[in-house]
Amino acid sequence: MKKTNVYGVVLAGGVGTRMGNVEKPKQFMEVGKKPIIVHTIEKFVVHPGFERIIVLSPKAWIKYTQDVIRKYIPNASDIDVIEGGATRNETIMNSIRHIEEQYGLDEDTIIVTHDSVRPFVTHRILEDNIRYAREAGACDTVIPATDTIVESTNHCNITNIPDRAKMYQGQTPQSFRAKKLRSVYEALTDEEKQILTDACKILVLKGEQVRLVDGEVFNIKITYPYDLRVAESLLGGDILC
Amino acid sequence: MLNTVYQLKAPRQFEVAFKDIELDQEHVIVRPTHLSICHADQRYYQGTRPEEILRQKLPMALIHEGIGTVVMDPTGSFRQGDHVVMIPNAPVERDEIIAENYLRSSKFCASSKDGFMQEYVSLLPDRLVLLPEGINPIVAAFTEIVSVSYHAVSRFRRFAHSRRDVIGVWGDGNLGYITSLLLKKLLPDSRVLVFGRNHSKLNDFSFADETYLVSEIPSELTIDHAFECVGGMASSKAVNQIIDHIVPEGTIALLGVSEDEVPINTRMVLEKGLHLYGSSRSGREDFVGLLKLYEENPDIVSYLENIVGSQFEVHTIADLVNAFETDIHKLIGKTVMVWKE
Repeated sequence: MKKTNVYGVVLAGGVGTRMGNVEKPKQFMEVGKKPIIVHTIEKFVVHPGFERIIVLSPKAWIKYTQDVIRKYIPNASDIDVIEGGATRNETIMNSIRHIEEQYGLDEDTIIVTHDSVRPFVTHRILEDNIRYAREAGACDTVIPATDTIVESTNHCNITNIPDRAKMYQGQTPQSFRAKKLRSVYEALTDEEKQILTDACKILVLKGEQVRLVDGEVFNIKITYPYDLRVAESLLGGDILC
Repeated sequence: MLNTVYQLKAPRQFEVAFKDIELDQEHVIVRPTHLSICHADQRYYQGTRPEEILRQKLPMALIHEGIGTVVMDPTGSFRQGDHVVMIPNAPVERDEIIAENYLRSSKFCASSKDGFMQEYVSLLPDRLVLLPEGINPIVAAFTEIVSVSYHAVSRFRRFAHSRRDVIGVWGDGNLGYITSLLLKKLLPDSRVLVFGRNHSKLNDFSFADETYLVSEIPSELTIDHAFECVGGMASSKAVNQIIDHIVPEGTIALLGVSEDEVPINTRMVLEKGLHLYGSSRSGREDFVGLLKLYEENPDIVSYLENIVGSQFEVHTIADLVNAFETDIHKLIGKTVMVWKE
């Protein structure tokens, strides 16, 4: 087993009600004849930087996730499928607890958390995440905002239009020193935990440094049926080979 | 796995495409680390290939000279982290007589299939050769073009008669430099003369026995055998000059690529009983032989360091364009991209 002390954490907690097919979570929809989650996990399997890959799934879908992985990636022995939490942050905490119990956790343990429905993540993005999480303690993958961001606190009138040059759109991975993230999260009140749904935001509010990693416009999150069509067309470039 | 492929869509225009790589039991997955630009890539990039060829082949990922690191090998041939050179020729059959690089059925990266400008490259294990430990990766990046010269010199040793006192190399570019360097190493008893058009470039051939401007070749000078490493519009002049200076029954190896047909003084080829043979690309045995030669003669790698022109870290398509544009304006030397994309 590789001893890198870096863990890939694939977040597949959502049940995908926005997909129009509430029966099946969106990570199991197929792109290019394979479930989206398989494409995503494969990116982590091939990258040599990860000691293990932890896939977090809704309880009802754990067996199905294991079966899908066994079917499409039969030789990957370094993947654990465990139950996610009630919220995104609780899901991440579950992964940290699992790593601590099974493999041991220290100050340098890094987790690279990634949406299971972003299969177009690249080697370079994963590489930069590992590097900046090690250097800065935390990092977030972003692309410069292309649309003007409009703020409305009352959902009726514009209250602010921030300078677009300073705005970015968040993608994933988001990567952290696992112990540090957990200690900051556990210090939150229950009320704060309800409001602060983004792990990077918790760190920023607590004055911790979070580095930016350049994402890619094609590192899309497949959330709506429209995204599925975009993903299929991105993969449709079947040329020569 | 959804692999990111950086394809040339049209001259001077790259785009990102995605192709599903099967993580099967037969293929080794390699992360490219250093990629070297060749004239053939430039002909596609600048759109100097015939329109019909461009229409037929693009979009396509360029680059057929490159090295990488093994990230996954279910075949057990390599260990994770091994540094390997990637062989761009992909034979689909074996032939007792015809070498893999001359089989018409063979595929070739950045010509009849995608080249190495990819996030990961999936190859059969026999398309990879382990690099010597500690080799300069910038030089190792252009092992392929050196293997082409190695292949040509190997063929010369098979085809040419045994009087090999004087060998002439026409061409003062990268291919001329590499070929004359290998000739000096592989045929130490032969005198190697280099013929070119640019005085300052010829000065770089410090290992050669003599160098000449093609406009100032003494009329009485003779050679036993020759290598043409010119190509393009000047091919005809170079080959005919060789025919003028070569002694009867000599061999002429043709290595320079030309888009146009090349008029040759066949009357004199007949009268002198010359042997002309083409030499193109290379196969696995050339890569293996060359890397062994590198290990036995580390000074070859030192000489090759002299023809490294520019190095670029490539993180984005803009970096990629910058590397190709800079490569166009170089006088001599290889442009190597340190692949971070």
